[in-house]
This record gives sequence, C-alpha cells and structure tokens, in this order.
Amino acid sequence: MKKKLIPLGIFFVLVVFLAIGLTRDPHEIPSPLIGKPAPMFTAPLLQTPEQQFSAKDMLGQVWLLNTWASWCVACRQEHPILVEFAKTKTLPIVGLDYKDQNAEGLKWLARFGNPYDQAITDKDGRIGIDFGVYGVPESFLIDKAGVIRYKQIGPVTEEALRDKIVPLIRELQK
Amino acid sequence: MIPEIGHFSLILALFVALAMGTLAVVGGQQGRADWMALARPGAQALWLLTALSFACLTYAFFTNDFSVSYVAQHSNTKLPDIYRIAAVWGGHEGSLLLWLMMLCTWMMAVSLFSRQLPEVMVSRVLGVLALVAVGFLLFMLITSNPFLRLSDIPADGRDLNPLLQDPGLVFHPPMLYMGYVGMSVPFAFAIAALLNGRLDAAWARWSRPWATAAWICLTIGIAMGSWWAYYELGWGGWWFWDPVENASFLPWLVGTALIHSLAVTEKRGLFRNWTIMLAIIGFSLSLLGTFLVRSGVLTSVHAFATDPKRGVFILLFLAVVVGGSLTLFAMRASKVRAGGAFALVSRETFLLVNNVLLTTAAAAVLLGTLYPLIVDALSLGKLSVGPPYFNSVFAPIMLPVLFFMVLGSYARWKNDSIAELAKKLRPVAILSVLLGCSAPFLAGEWSPLVALSLTLVFWIVFASIQQIYRQLKDTVNWKSTPISFWGMHMAHIGIAVFVVGVTMVKGYETEKDVRMVVGDTVEVANYTFRLTGIHEVPGPNYTADQGDVEVIRDGKLLKTLHPEKRTYFSSTMPMTETAIDSNLLRDVYVSLGERLEDGTGQAWAMRVYHKPFIVWIWLGSLMMALGGGMAALDRRYRRKVTASAAVINPKIKGAAA
Amino acid sequence: MKYWLALVLALQCVLSSYAGEATPLAEDPVVEQRMISISEELRCLVCQNESLAGSRADLAQDLRRELRELIKANKTDAEIMEYMVSRYGDFVRYRPAVKPITWLLWFGPFLLLIGAIVMLVRMVRRNQRSAESPLLDAAQRKKAQSLLKDSETPS
Repeated sequence: MKKKLIPLGIFFVLVVFLAIGLTRDPHEIPSPLIGKPAPMFTAPLLQTPEQQFSAKDMLGQVWLLNTWASWCVACRQEHPILVEFAKTKTLPIVGLDYKDQNAEGLKWLARFGNPYDQAITDKDGRIGIDFGVYGVPESFLIDKAGVIRYKQIGPVTEEALRDKIVPLIRELQK
Repeated sequence: MIPEIGHFSLILALFVALAMGTLAVVGGQQGRADWMALARPGAQALWLLTALSFACLTYAFFTNDFSVSYVAQHSNTKLPDIYRIAAVWGGHEGSLLLWLMMLCTWMMAVSLFSRQLPEVMVSRVLGVLALVAVGFLLFMLITSNPFLRLSDIPADGRDLNPLLQDPGLVFHPPMLYMGYVGMSVPFAFAIAALLNGRLDAAWARWSRPWATAAWICLTIGIAMGSWWAYYELGWGGWWFWDPVENASFLPWLVGTALIHSLAVTEKRGLFRNWTIMLAIIGFSLSLLGTFLVRSGVLTSVHAFATDPKRGVFILLFLAVVVGGSLTLFAMRASKVRAGGAFALVSRETFLLVNNVLLTTAAAAVLLGTLYPLIVDALSLGKLSVGPPYFNSVFAPIMLPVLFFMVLGSYARWKNDSIAELAKKLRPVAILSVLLGCSAPFLAGEWSPLVALSLTLVFWIVFASIQQIYRQLKDTVNWKSTPISFWGMHMAHIGIAVFVVGVTMVKGYETEKDVRMVVGDTVEVANYTFRLTGIHEVPGPNYTADQGDVEVIRDGKLLKTLHPEKRTYFSSTMPMTETAIDSNLLRDVYVSLGERLEDGTGQAWAMRVYHKPFIVWIWLGSLMMALGGGMAALDRRYRRKVTASAAVINPKIKGAAA
Repeated sequence: MKYWLALVLALQCVLSSYAGEATPLAEDPVVEQRMISISEELRCLVCQNESLAGSRADLAQDLRRELRELIKANKTDAEIMEYMVSRYGDFVRYRPAVKPITWLLWFGPFLLLIGAIVMLVRMVRRNQRSAESPLLDAAQRKKAQSLLKDSETPS
C-alpha cells in the first residue's frame, strides 16, 4: 500500500510548487547588480550633446536613474508619477534617454513634462547594457557610495514608490 | 441572439454532463442498469450541445459580430474567410471550446464504436469523461466565457495575430487537441478498471485501440506544429524545447510507453499496475500542459494571455482529477502479483526496458521544463533552461530505445535466448555497423554521433525488412498476417526515417547570412541563389516586400522563390514569409531580412539555408501515425466480446452481456 | 531635370549589375563564427525562448555587437560569459550552469535512469524466482498425491 502512495506524494509536492509558481512572475528577472557598484559611465546631455554628464559627479548623493524613450509606450504610464515625485525634491532624478533620437526625446519631454535634474542620452544602448537593462522603462536607486540598491523593472508605480522606493531613500539619505 | 444561444448551450451541457457523469459512475458501482443506460445517449446529447455552441461562436466570427468581446479581440473585417473560422480557436476562450468539442467528439466515438464492450465498462468510461467535461465547462462558464458581450461595440476588431494567419492554424490545433484530449480515453478506461476492481487482459484489449488512436492524433498534431514553426518563423528551426512544445511531447512519450505496455498486458496479463499508471500519467500530463500554457507560470511563444485566476482554477481541477485518480490507484490497484513469469531474455523484458527509458526521458523533459519554476518558487533566484540542456539529456536516453526496439520485436514472449537472437540478428548488426559508419563519409565529414545514429537507423530498417521477408516466406498464407504486424513495421521504420531527418539536418545543414542587392548571388552547398528583384506586393490585410530569388544548380535554373517581409496593418512587427523549395533529399530555404540602412536603401539582409533530408522528419512522423492506424484497425479489437468475459461481477443486477 | 535623374538611375542599374557575389552580413567571418557559438549559449531576454544567436530583436542585435567587441578584444569565452552573467544574471544562460543549485537538474535524469534500471533488474529477478519455485520437493509431492487419491475415492 505504501509504495503505491508514492506517485500521489510526488504529485502533491508538484501541486505545491505550481501553486507557489502562480504567485511569481516569470518575466521579472532580478538584477544581479543590486548591492554592486553602479557602472561609472559618462553620457552626453540631451539638450546640449557637447556637454557630458558623469556618474562620478553624483557620488555623495542618493539618486535615481530612470531609463525612458520617446518610443516607449509604458513610459507614458510612469511619467506623470515621476513628474509629481520630482516636485517633492526628495532626490535628484537623472533621465537616460535609451536608444532614441535627441529631437524626439526633447519633443516628448516638452509634451509630457520634464522631472529630470539631468537628461542624458544613450544612443547605442551601451550604458543600458552595462546596467543590465532589457526593457524600458527601468529605474535604479543608487546610494551615496555609488552602489545600486534597488531596481524597478517596468514603470514606477504609486505603490512601488510609496512602499519600497521612498522608504529606502529616506534610509539611504541618513 | 446567436451568441446567447451558444452560451446557453454550454450551460445546458454542464447540467447534462453533471447528471450523466454522476449517474453513470454511481450506476456502475451499484449495478443499476437504468442509470448506466444513460451513458451513451448522454454522451451524444453532450456532443450536440457542444457542437451547437461551437457553431454559434463560428457564426459570430464569420459574420464579424464584434459585439462579442472574443471576436473583437481576435478577428477583423479584412481577415480572409478561412482565418476567420480558424480564429475561433486563436485565443484562450475559443481554444477551450475546441478542447471541449474534442472531448465530446471522443465521447461520441466511444459511445458509437464500443458495441463489443460490456455495458458496465462503457458507462463507467463515458461517466468519467463526462465528469472531466464538467470541469472544463465550469472553467469556461466561470472564468473564460467566449460569448461575453461588449457594451462598446468597436467598428473593427483587433485582428488575429499575424503569426497565426496561416494554414497551419487551420490544422495544427484541432489535430493536436484531438491527441491531447484523446489521452483522456485510456485514462477513463484505467479509472473504469480501478472502479471495477478487475484488471485483466480483456481490459487491455479494449483500451488499446483508443490509446493508439489518441497517440496517432498526437503524433500528427506535434509533427504539424513542428513543420509550421519551421516554415513560419524564418530561422529554420523545427523544435525549440519550448515549455508548450514540451507539454505536448510529454503525453506523447508516455503514450508511446502506454501502447507498448498495453501490448504486454493484453498478451500476457502482466504489467497491469504499470499500464494503469501510464494511462493516468498520460492524461495528467495533458492537463498539466493545459495548466502551463494558460496560467502564466512559464514564458513561452505559445502562451495565451494569462490570468492568475484561471491558473488557480486549472490547478484545482488538476489537483482533483489527478489527485483523485492516484488515490484511487493507491487503494484499488491490483494487490495480486501477476501469475505469469518471463525470462530475463524475452519480449517482455525488452518492452519493459524501453518503457522505462521512455518514461525516464519524459521525466527528464518534465524536470527541465519545471526547473525554473521550482527554483523561483523556493526563492533561490531565476535561471533558465534552454535547448542545450534538453539536447544534452534527451538524446543519450533515447538512443538505447532505438537499439532495444529491434530486440523487442524479435524476441519471443516469455522465454528466448541471447544465442538465438544473436544468430538471427548478427548479419543485420554487421551490415548496419558497416553502412552506418561509412555513410557519413559520403555526406561530407565524419562524426561519431552521425555514425551512431545512422547505424541504429540501418539496424531498425534491416531488422524490419528481414522480419517481413521471413513472414512472407515462412507463412503458408501470408495474406492472413494480421494488419498489426504491418503496422508495427511501418511505425518502427517511420521512427528510423525520422531519425535520419534529424541526424542529417543537425549534422550537415549549412546557412549563410548575407547582404544582397539586386543582381547579387550567394552560394550554399552547390546551390547558387541570385536575387533578381524586390517589389512591393499588397495583400488583403498587409503590405509586403517580395523578393525574387533564382535557385541555380550546375548552371540550370531550378526554381524562382519569393520570400516576403510582410507588415500587417494591425501590427508594427514585420513578419517573414519564407520561401522553401522542398524535395526528398533537401530543402533550400530563403528568408528575407530587413532592408539595410546603408544609404542606397537597396540592400537587404538575406538568410539562405541548405537543409539535407529535413522532410524526412515529418515523413517519418506520418509513417509512425500510419503504422499506428494500421495497428489500431486490427480485427481482434473489433470482435464482439464473448460471454465469459462479460460476467464481471455477479453482484451486478441486470448487467447485459 | 527628370532626364538627368533617369540617366543617373540608369547608370546605377548598369553599375549594380556588376554586383556579383553577395557580401556576408558579418564583417569578419572568424569573429562571427565565435560570436555565433557563444551567443547560441545565451538567451534572448526580450524574446520568448530564443537564443541570442537567432533573435532579430533590437536588444539582441546590440548584445551581439557587444560580443563582437569583446571577441575582438581577445577575451576568453569564460570572460565573455562572466560579462553577460554579471549584468543579466544566470537567467541569460541558455544552458544552465552546473553548480549546486542545478545539480538536481543535470544529474537528476541519470540518477532516475539508474534508479529505474535497478528497479527493473529487481523486478525481473523477483519474477524469475517466483517462476522457479513451483517445483515441489519429495514430501510435498507425497502430500499432493495423497490429496489427489482422496479426491478420487467416491464419497
């Protein structure tokens, strides 16, 4: 009798795994960069491409790097939230225009608002690759020592901001 | 109005299935002939109601009724007629209705073609199937109703996904579902046997043609899907170990083990528990596949739009059906060890060995498919398991199957000897090794894997030919050879043909990825391809850039191929329509890429492939299916049941013979 | 004006008919070969189950470009794999690495096979042993004969 219960036992374990699996999202790939130093990149400014932005300049501050693009549909979802958040002046927000045309990017910001303290461009996507970006939008919270502490995959939502990002910012800014 | 009729039909079907299923199963347990008699008419009524519902949905698609939400999501006024009908099963809700339709069709088939089976068995089988239908009807009515109306009727629909606008959609899902769902019939037979308390050779003989029929449909369905992906997707692959592909392959592997295990149970009454277990596992894998595709737990090209609520429902259904059957198995499976004995060297042993290998292969594929989910569920991170894993693990387990297949068909039942087998097979073995190891030299370069595979191919083919020759020569009246003999050889040779296709393509395919302007040529494997023109071609719901590519060999123009790059109005992603010239020895395959940005606007990316023997993959699959068909039609399955087999349980009142 | 345009186009047509052999899309076939074999082991992250080698997605093209640069910089296969994994995690490996967390995955099937073979051998042996026992020894034979004699005597 006992041996015949083995298939049932195995099946039960399988169902438990499948049930847990239902609560997970297979598309969300966690970043291996959390807790590691952010790449120290330089990028041309969106407005004035002759000038360069350097990630090194941000050392000593907690800051948010947000990747976006004029062709990105989901970015329109998060943009109003970022614009509102920027008004609170909690921390500097740097916008990385990913694989876009400068003219299009500027037009988009003029239309939907500009929450960025600095707007920079990543025309060929190399900076994105260094950050492990695989879709737009993605946002990275970087601390005073230049270490990546949090990655938001997909648009920044009100809940994510309220429950995860802002509390973490407060802690890092102490 | 029509969609409401369709909806109402499903609700009626639910009640019919519930009533019939409960009464038929309980009636079987209590021996009530009047309740059991409801099974056949109940199954037929169920088919009528489901067919009516299906017809209503088809009508809604055909008449472009965009007030129905499902139609609006998957169709469009510019969609060609045939795809408007195939679009019925292009999305989640409609494909469930197709699932249900297939289930009812199998039930109808069982109700019509089972006159030779005892009524008790038939009513139990139909009852179990009806209860499965209840689950699917509830699922549809609660979470996935295809007849939901929209309050805001759009002027035009969203259009069917361009990848699906292809003849493949007309044939592949129905065939595949016929196989998938068909595995429920041997499952129902197994449950009926467990409920009956009697597991014997007669039961195996009754279930075997149904298991074979389901297996045939699954074989053709999978082969169709593979061929469709090959010519549709544009990069020449034909199997990707995608979770949904695996979900259909797993029941196939188990189904193959099942039909061979049934052979032993039918002939010698052995392996009863194992056969029942395989029947249960086969259908469980079908249900698991349904879960994986529709719940969103795994990423796949095939996955339907997902909704966790649906996932929960299917998981519960899976738990009840499979958990229930495994519990029944634990309680009722035969405690008496089979009386028959068999020697270490016998047909039983070889069939058992291959059974074990097939099941292990299935377990390995299942492990690889579910592993990312398991690791994620344990919060141990995210990893992915791609084709390299499956290829490394699957082939070593399956190669021995090819070897033992021949021994299984040669060995005698009960007792045989190595010396005898060796005597019969030595010439075949030597010839196979000689030809198998030298053939790769003819094709190009030598590789051990190709040599091994081809040796096994020759082993199977020559052994079959030798057996057929013996049968024709030694039998007094060879015309009286049962058709299942021919079926077995057809199917086994089909496997050999399949292996040739896989081996030659994997070993010797070549491709070139080039940049072409009009007038350029590229050479692959003695074929020259010249691009002679590119022009715009409008379609019913797309515009396309079509290339003219001449295929030249030895200076002679063989054919002009017309690969296309289509942009559908409803989608921004361009789609490739490949151009293929096929013959028995090779496919030449041309795929048009993007227009290259190099200033002139005249250069195009082009991929050109030469794939030797690739049609043998699908040819072999068809031969397997044909062989199965021949085996299932054997006369012994159609003979009426004798009186002695009919008296199953003297306690049953009024059970007809 | 139109006349000159037509002339220029005609010239272009004439010139392009001297096009000849198509150039490979790749610039350097040796680098390309290596890039293809490495990218076949990597997953396209924005696709549903495709390798980095075959995908036409934008990100895939960018990543292939990165791989070409790394190959030209003489990095080893291991270093290139490390580059990708450190940015995208283990998920990007198409062939899962063999490390403790994947031992069950890699060794599982073969353990299963060995287990199945052991079970098979045991089953076949047990079957044989039970088949051999029907032979009766002398005492049992005598008892059987006496029982048979009893049943034959009319009662």
